[in-house]
Amino acid sequence: MTRNTVLACIDGSLSSSGVCDYAAWASLCLDAPLVFIHVLDQKHAQPRGDLSGNIGLGSREHLLAELAELDEKRGKLMREQGRLMLEAAIERARADGVDEPLSRQRNGDLVETLNALEDEIRLLVIGRQGEVGDSVGQHVGSHLESVIRTMHRPILVTAGEFRKPASVMLAFDNSATTRKGVEMLADSPLFVGLPLHLVMVGADTNDAWEAINAARLRLEKAGFEVQASIRAGDVEDVLIEYEQEHDIDLLVMGAYGHSRIRQFFVGSTTTTILQKTSRPVLLLR
Amino acid sequence: MTLIQSVRQEWFSNIRGDILAGIVVALALIPEAIAFSIIAGVDPKVGLYASFCIAVVIAFTGGRPGMISAATGAMALLMVTLVREHGLEYLLAATILCGFLQIGAGYLKLGSLMRFVSRSVVTGFVNALAILIFMAQLPELTNVTWHVYAMTAGGLGIIYLFPYVPKVGKLIPSPLVCILVLTALAIYLGLDIRTVGDMGDLPDTLPIFLWPQVPLNIETLMIIFPYSAALAVVGLLESMMTATIVDDLTDTGSDKNRECKGQGIANIGAGLLGGMAGCAMIGQSIINIKSGGRTRLSCFCAGILLLLMVVFLGDYLSLIPMAALVAVMIMVSIGTFSWDSLRNLRKHPLSTNIVMVATVAVVVATHNLAYGVFVGVLLAAMFFANKMGHYLHIGSEAIIDGIERRYSVVGQVFFSSSDKFISAFDFKEALDKVVIDLSRAHFWDITAVAALDKVVIKFRREGTEVEIIGLNEASATIVDRFGVHDKPEAVDQLMGH
Repeated sequence: MTRNTVLACIDGSLSSSGVCDYAAWASLCLDAPLVFIHVLDQKHAQPRGDLSGNIGLGSREHLLAELAELDEKRGKLMREQGRLMLEAAIERARADGVDEPLSRQRNGDLVETLNALEDEIRLLVIGRQGEVGDSVGQHVGSHLESVIRTMHRPILVTAGEFRKPASVMLAFDNSATTRKGVEMLADSPLFVGLPLHLVMVGADTNDAWEAINAARLRLEKAGFEVQASIRAGDVEDVLIEYEQEHDIDLLVMGAYGHSRIRQFFVGSTTTTILQKTSRPVLLLR
Repeated sequence: MTLIQSVRQEWFSNIRGDILAGIVVALALIPEAIAFSIIAGVDPKVGLYASFCIAVVIAFTGGRPGMISAATGAMALLMVTLVREHGLEYLLAATILCGFLQIGAGYLKLGSLMRFVSRSVVTGFVNALAILIFMAQLPELTNVTWHVYAMTAGGLGIIYLFPYVPKVGKLIPSPLVCILVLTALAIYLGLDIRTVGDMGDLPDTLPIFLWPQVPLNIETLMIIFPYSAALAVVGLLESMMTATIVDDLTDTGSDKNRECKGQGIANIGAGLLGGMAGCAMIGQSIINIKSGGRTRLSCFCAGILLLLMVVFLGDYLSLIPMAALVAVMIMVSIGTFSWDSLRNLRKHPLSTNIVMVATVAVVVATHNLAYGVFVGVLLAAMFFANKMGHYLHIGSEAIIDGIERRYSVVGQVFFSSSDKFISAFDFKEALDKVVIDLSRAHFWDITAVAALDKVVIKFRREGTEVEIIGLNEASATIVDRFGVHDKPEAVDQLMGH
């Protein structure tokens, strides 16, 4: 396994084809190897409803054998299913022009598995809907938030079918994370030559313009065509509105900047955006 | 994992299975708690309060979701003399102190010491526990009328045969059926046999917070400390072993050090609510897993339900004949015993069997599981050292006949193999020079270093020049630190004259 891979999570949900195409696009732009991963997050089997509550000769040994047998059957089935999904993903990525997409399967919890692989990841691509997510509901995949919170790599959260990004928007709030994000974008081959919208939400003050102009200069120096604007209002609403207004293809933003306690009371901007947007979001950590 | 997610995972990921398992476990806990109180020589309510408190507290503080903790036989056996000589209040104080010791063990990360306890010791522990639980039932079966034997046998029959009844067999816990049938029978026939009510007070209220009525002085500490220490050790041993068993059954991991602290907190709680010390229960945990319990919720439910049933059905509890309880406890003992270990006696190496049997024998003789484990671990370590000692070969070849010889040492040199190491050299052979090649040897301890020193010095005393080559890194550090052969003035010190 090489380092600096584009790692795409395949789970067989509706978002998988989108994940596949966006991952292929990112892999080609970044010239990084593409790896599809399927995590077998197996919930262990329950024994048949035996409430007899007695234990007799060799109960423990029998119970272990019985539980292992149940898990074994399910595990094989799931692995087989996962393999088929990975094969389909590889086919699709090949069709998109990636030379040698790789695939791997791991047993265990999704979040833990991704954390273990973190060193190898340059960009993580993951679908917005979880395995049980439907196409209508604006449901954020059950594991997504903990993946985003625990990872320290850029994460591309895809939504819907692939549309080759033609315009990018960066949500800028002059925080350390987004200033670092500006640097990352400037250096990244991902969006070379695309028009970039720099959007700041807040009061229209001199300080704000100073900050956003600094970011604009940095990006213009890197060869981007930058359009900066400052708008007042509620962060989520303004960003979504701007996105629709300018038909933005991809939103870049810092993820979960606030504490968990604040999120509990106020809710998280990141989660809301992920729920509301219809376009992919690149989250910077 | 985030906090909310882990709470969801550890509490609410299997609600139906956990609540049903909790009910089954609670029903099985009641007879056990009563039986263990009787073993300890206290009123049944002491064991019942303890089981309630420990089960509920450990559900929050434990490190192994899905494991059941409550008042246990292993612990009850340790407190018999304390209760007899000093009374209940000292038991409660000992329970609280035991809790603090266990928390300390958790902070010192003693849970990881479990890696020194070999499989055969665990098996021996489990078997010894089963035997102790069985033996504790014998007083109820001696000097009694034939009715008791018949009832006990009938109870066991119900427990093991009822699950084969179609449909209801797997839905109603058979130990409950056994208790209900035997109680009804005893009342109907008006049998004059011992009942739970004869064994002491049952709970009539919810437990209340009470500080044990003991003088807080050094004298009290001297009385309770040995008991607390033994309780802490045995409690942790059984909890760690049960956690390993549950780990295996559910194919998930557990936090052993958190479990140590959790057991401590649970015991402090039990002591303050008028309960005796307890720990994880192998039999109940198996019943829980078998019934579909997987998370903390099942242990919590078991504790709460136990208390509700005991407080509201207390009057009926006193009518249960002891024979029914004995039948349930015999079931627990049979289910706890590792029958595979008997079958494996023929397959396993003798040393392993000796460790297992010695553990069982020491426990049965002393009624203290800690002694058994201590002896078992010691024996296992000695057998291991002995085996490792075989990994040593010393070959030799003459380079120039009668003048120079080369010895090559391959393998492990340490206390158990150092004699073999020394005796492999022929000091009687008259030589000008000896080369000892250690490049493929490992020197583990100062016994090995001393052995090498001895060899070198013995050769030098014969006037033979010794050259040592290839001391590998590991050996070199030890030799450098402890060796004396390169310091001539130390010769007399080493040879002892």
